Amino acid sequence: MSTGESNNSTQSSQRTGRPEDLFPEVQRPAYRSTAFRRTAGGAVKDGGAAAGVVSEQEIAELQDSVGTGEWGEGSAPRKAKSFWPSLGRLFGTLKDHKFGVVMVFVFGAISTILTVWAPAILGQAMDVIFDGWLGDGIDFTTLSRMLAIVLGMYVVASLFDWLQGFVLNEIVMRVVYRIRQQIEAKVNRLPLSYFDTRQRGDLLSRTTNDVDNVQTAMQQAFASLFYAVMTIIGITIMMFVLSWQLALIALIALPIAGIVVGLIGSKSQKLFTAQWKNTGRLNGHIEESFTGHELVTVFGRQESMRERFDERNEDLYEASFRAQFYSGMIMPIMQWVTYLGYVGIAVVGGLRVATGQMSLGQVTAFIQYSREFNAPLGEMAGMANMLISGVASAERIFELLDADEQEEDLSDQAEEGTLDPDGKQPGQLAQPVHGRVEFDHVQFSYTQEKPLITDLSLDARPGETVAIVGPTGAGKTTLVNLIMRFYEIDGGQIRLDGVDIATLDRGVLRGQIGMVLQDAVLFGGTIRENIRYGRLDATDEEVVAAAKATFVDRFVHTLPDGYDTVIEAEGANISAGERQLITIARAFLADPALLILDEATSSVDTRTEVLVQEAMAALRSDRTSFVIAHRLSTIRDADVILVMEHGDIVEQGSHEQLLAAEGAYYRLYMSQFTQGVDLDAEEAAVSVGTGAIPLVDAQPVSAGESPVPVSTGPLPLLAEPEEGVNPPGVDRGR
Amino acid sequence: MLWKLVRHYGKPYWAHVVAVLVLQLAATLATLYLPSLNADIIDNGIATGDTEYIWRVGAVMLAVALAQVITAIAAVWFGARMSMSIGRDIRQAIYTRVDHFSAEEMGRFGAPTLITRGTNDVQQVQMVVLMALNFMVMVPIMSIGGIVMAIQEDPGLSWLVWVSVPVLLLIVGVLVRRLMPLFERMQTNIDDVNGVMREQIMGIRVVRAFVRERHETGRFTDANATLTKTSVNIGRLFILMGPLITMVLHLATAAVLWFGGHRVDDGLVEVGALTAFMQYLLQILMAVMMGTFMFMMFPRAIITARRIGEVLTTTGSVQEPEYSIEPQSKDGTVEFRNVSFAYPGAEAPIVDGVSFTAEAGRTTAIIGSTGSGKTTLINLVPRLYDSTGGTVLIDGVPVAEMSRAALTEAVGFVPQKPFLFSGSVADNLRFGKPDASEQELWAALDTAQATEFVRDRTTGEGESAATGLDSSISQGGTNVSGGQRQRLCIARALVAKPRIYLFDDSFSALDVTTDARLRAALNGYTEGATTIMVAQRVSSITEADQIIVLEEGRVVGRGTHQELLDTSETYREIVDSQISAEEVA
Repeated sequence: MSTGESNNSTQSSQRTGRPEDLFPEVQRPAYRSTAFRRTAGGAVKDGGAAAGVVSEQEIAELQDSVGTGEWGEGSAPRKAKSFWPSLGRLFGTLKDHKFGVVMVFVFGAISTILTVWAPAILGQAMDVIFDGWLGDGIDFTTLSRMLAIVLGMYVVASLFDWLQGFVLNEIVMRVVYRIRQQIEAKVNRLPLSYFDTRQRGDLLSRTTNDVDNVQTAMQQAFASLFYAVMTIIGITIMMFVLSWQLALIALIALPIAGIVVGLIGSKSQKLFTAQWKNTGRLNGHIEESFTGHELVTVFGRQESMRERFDERNEDLYEASFRAQFYSGMIMPIMQWVTYLGYVGIAVVGGLRVATGQMSLGQVTAFIQYSREFNAPLGEMAGMANMLISGVASAERIFELLDADEQEEDLSDQAEEGTLDPDGKQPGQLAQPVHGRVEFDHVQFSYTQEKPLITDLSLDARPGETVAIVGPTGAGKTTLVNLIMRFYEIDGGQIRLDGVDIATLDRGVLRGQIGMVLQDAVLFGGTIRENIRYGRLDATDEEVVAAAKATFVDRFVHTLPDGYDTVIEAEGANISAGERQLITIARAFLADPALLILDEATSSVDTRTEVLVQEAMAALRSDRTSFVIAHRLSTIRDADVILVMEHGDIVEQGSHEQLLAAEGAYYRLYMSQFTQGVDLDAEEAAVSVGTGAIPLVDAQPVSAGESPVPVSTGPLPLLAEPEEGVNPPGVDRGR
Repeated sequence: MLWKLVRHYGKPYWAHVVAVLVLQLAATLATLYLPSLNADIIDNGIATGDTEYIWRVGAVMLAVALAQVITAIAAVWFGARMSMSIGRDIRQAIYTRVDHFSAEEMGRFGAPTLITRGTNDVQQVQMVVLMALNFMVMVPIMSIGGIVMAIQEDPGLSWLVWVSVPVLLLIVGVLVRRLMPLFERMQTNIDDVNGVMREQIMGIRVVRAFVRERHETGRFTDANATLTKTSVNIGRLFILMGPLITMVLHLATAAVLWFGGHRVDDGLVEVGALTAFMQYLLQILMAVMMGTFMFMMFPRAIITARRIGEVLTTTGSVQEPEYSIEPQSKDGTVEFRNVSFAYPGAEAPIVDGVSFTAEAGRTTAIIGSTGSGKTTLINLVPRLYDSTGGTVLIDGVPVAEMSRAALTEAVGFVPQKPFLFSGSVADNLRFGKPDASEQELWAALDTAQATEFVRDRTTGEGESAATGLDSSISQGGTNVSGGQRQRLCIARALVAKPRIYLFDDSFSALDVTTDARLRAALNGYTEGATTIMVAQRVSSITEADQIIVLEEGRVVGRGTHQELLDTSETYREIVDSQISAEEVA
């Protein structure tokens, strides 16, 4: 042999083992750059998520979605239900960028081909040196030419690598931007029932985590998979061209590597799953004992809670140790297999060089190829995981995007020419709006099996205050939601100023109505911004005026930043009652023709409530108002009180009239004062139920007319959905 | 903090650390030895045609490789053991710490962040330790060892090391420096996008009620566009990294061949040494790069460690007394003696000089507007907080001098926010008395008006189906309605049969009828026990033996309903806001 030296040209792949093992991503420079994207991106992202404000929900979801790193840094990827169609559709999102995508692939192909080719030429350069060393001096002209060629190839390869990355980056970001926009638009078009029947956490996770996941998959997996496959094919070809005997030796190492990785890999996947499961169990326990901390303390259960914690902590420790150990083993073993192939090639190659069947440069090049073979293989495994998980996420997003939407406003239909000429025609609301609301034999149900409102009629005249009382689940909230057209009715008609609200644009209809909801939803931002939400163009003075009228101003002054106090998500700085007052101020500012107050003051203490009542009375004076009351004191001024049971109005009239009638309202009312005294009498009132309606104020009710005849449909004796918002059996999201 | 944390919790595992160091050293040396063996094959085997030498050195290479893989795996074993142990121990420390927090510390931190700190944050620290164990040793040894070996192979080419390493450092350094703030910004941007989306979904009714869809879309578009812009910028920088690093490596290789070729030609160095040099150079560059990436992890880890440290350095303000005193008589008298409570740093106390006695076997009600200190006052009895002034006594013994066990035995507590633990209904009911019989459970459920729905309750399907007491409760009790949850919480307190019951506005989610029946049943069940209840509705306390009216933390009225109507202006106001005068009369 003589000649010889071996190998190594090497450029790129350094042998050294260690680095590659522990930081699989880093090894790649040698080969392609995609790995870098992953490393840095991934590392930072994880860190970021943890450092930012993370809700419990998100923690759980994080655990779900983290991961799928190379060797199972996380849970097993979620599987898509129908992988190929979803993958196809995901590709479809790129269709506006066909040219760019083609460029990405062309550039990538050029870069890959050059990268695969270069070691062969480097091998030749090595031969020049080696021959010169053995013979009569190195031919530096040839050497310089070859090095120039190789460098040129690498420069061009890097350039194209950069180009494809650049183009891909722009495309993916644009596509992801659009997906986000689509989701947001979709959220605005979904019917409310969609939100009622789904866990909000799940919905949120689709709009956030899943989109991120898709972005990662598109950015990294698509292209990388393609290049990995190309590289593998290219290298295989080059190896066989150089020496089929050596190629066979090199490829023999492959199945061994495959088996090792397959065995340990699948084992470690399982272990990681176990680790995540244990993490979930432990986190669940921690969450529980921290959230229920005061109970644990008072009931003296620290000991037993602690025991369980220790047990689970130990389980997690065992599980994660095993997972880390097994996954940590993969890389050294892979490396060892590489060494095996390497030593085999060095030896067999050395022998062949010695017998003159190959040049040293060829062996050098070969060794490099055999080493570079492993990188794309590992890459493929990781990328395949990423892609699978990305497609699963894409599927969840598509599911959301495909969900049935609420029917378009008729005027929009008319504009688009899709309006059914024989159906309803877009209606117009005459200005000014008087606020007469009529229900005409309305039927409605959340789910088909359980009719809620079967036949409801009522007529609220302009300026009237209509109070609605009744037990939980009687349909009080549903009734006002129907006025808002949050849900479409199944039969009958609801009219505003004589116009069927189904023919109105939802925006126009809701623009006439101010609503204060049961749960005081505020948005991130300052108190001022939240009040202004009621009317975006309101001046600061108007905001303050609304705040004064609704007693918001009073407590705002006790806050260090006043109106610029930022409302915290958990609401730590503002009490439930204060939040509610802000939502009232918000509606006040909107100055609508119609007012709906759904237990608007339930969290406000009774003395403040009295004051707010006065303000509300002023607000209500010339508006039609619907008031659902938590405390009956809230409705002392009502013109009409509707008593609802099982989706129907069973009584209607003024406070005095209803008391005089000694019907359901009377029983409901009297039950306030008999409690805890006479159980049997109580029993009689049970049928009346009563949600949270404690006390009635018996002050003379103003403006009483004779009881309005009530249209009572058949009384369906059904279990009602709780608070009439969520259909039964549906878990609310956290 | 990170260092302190790791040092403190790593101490028990110092032997592991030593093992990792030694094994890593061995593995790295083996790795470093391989190129030199390779050079030997070329120079002494291939160049001379000595096939036997090739075989022999090949075998040595295999052996070295084997040694490398074994030591490396062993290092992984010790590393994983140690880092996971540290994680476990820190978790335990946090849990223990928080366990001894009083409601005040809980409130200061907030449960969600404590949960995050106890779970995710620890996980992060644990991973950093693992990474550090793997790389901290390897990177320096690899760089220094590589440099030594390279110089040994050919000192004449060593300048290539001094040139290429800084160039690489510069490139990676500059890019990372510019990327880090962008990554941080991107995280904020992502939070913004998700935040808008969350608000939109959570507040969907408000958005629609105020017809603010367009406004929301505008906000979302802004956030989305900002995020996209940042992402694009990151992407643009990021895609430079790969090609640039590759270029440096390739340039270095070509340079070695070119300059090395000259040295070979001049007879200054052998070809084998040249190839070995090339490999060492690449090893050094890889090690340097990894070191740089490692450093990227640190800023985060340091923040995380600080968050953990905050928890671990906080001491619960309520501590068990060293010597506890048992009350002589156990009749259940609760006495507040000039009790005050203020949050640390707060200007005004929440509870201010409150004195009254809840007589044994009687019912005392506390009423007052929001923020008047009712809940705080009642929380002082089971020592969720310690009063900052005055004394709370149970049966003549200050609660601060009673053992936790004695307190638990004395006090039953129904919190304002009904909270249930995951498990079965029975598990929850037995929370205060683990050995309670089924009869006892049903008796408590009867009293709490919960028998009916518990009996009819079924959860799960098939195998996991369970009914009645065995039916399952999900975490936080989200699979029962608010009213049911509240009744179960009441039953839970009843099962333990304490001599003092504390109800903190515990009937708010019940409808009036159920409320009334529950109250009637309760009177019988708690016969002889002392009851202190915080209430909102006047109607629910008119029967109380004593009513305490709180206003801004002070007692402004005390007596029965009738007495207070005559004597307390505040009480009358409260009553007026709920019941009109004629009705009261």
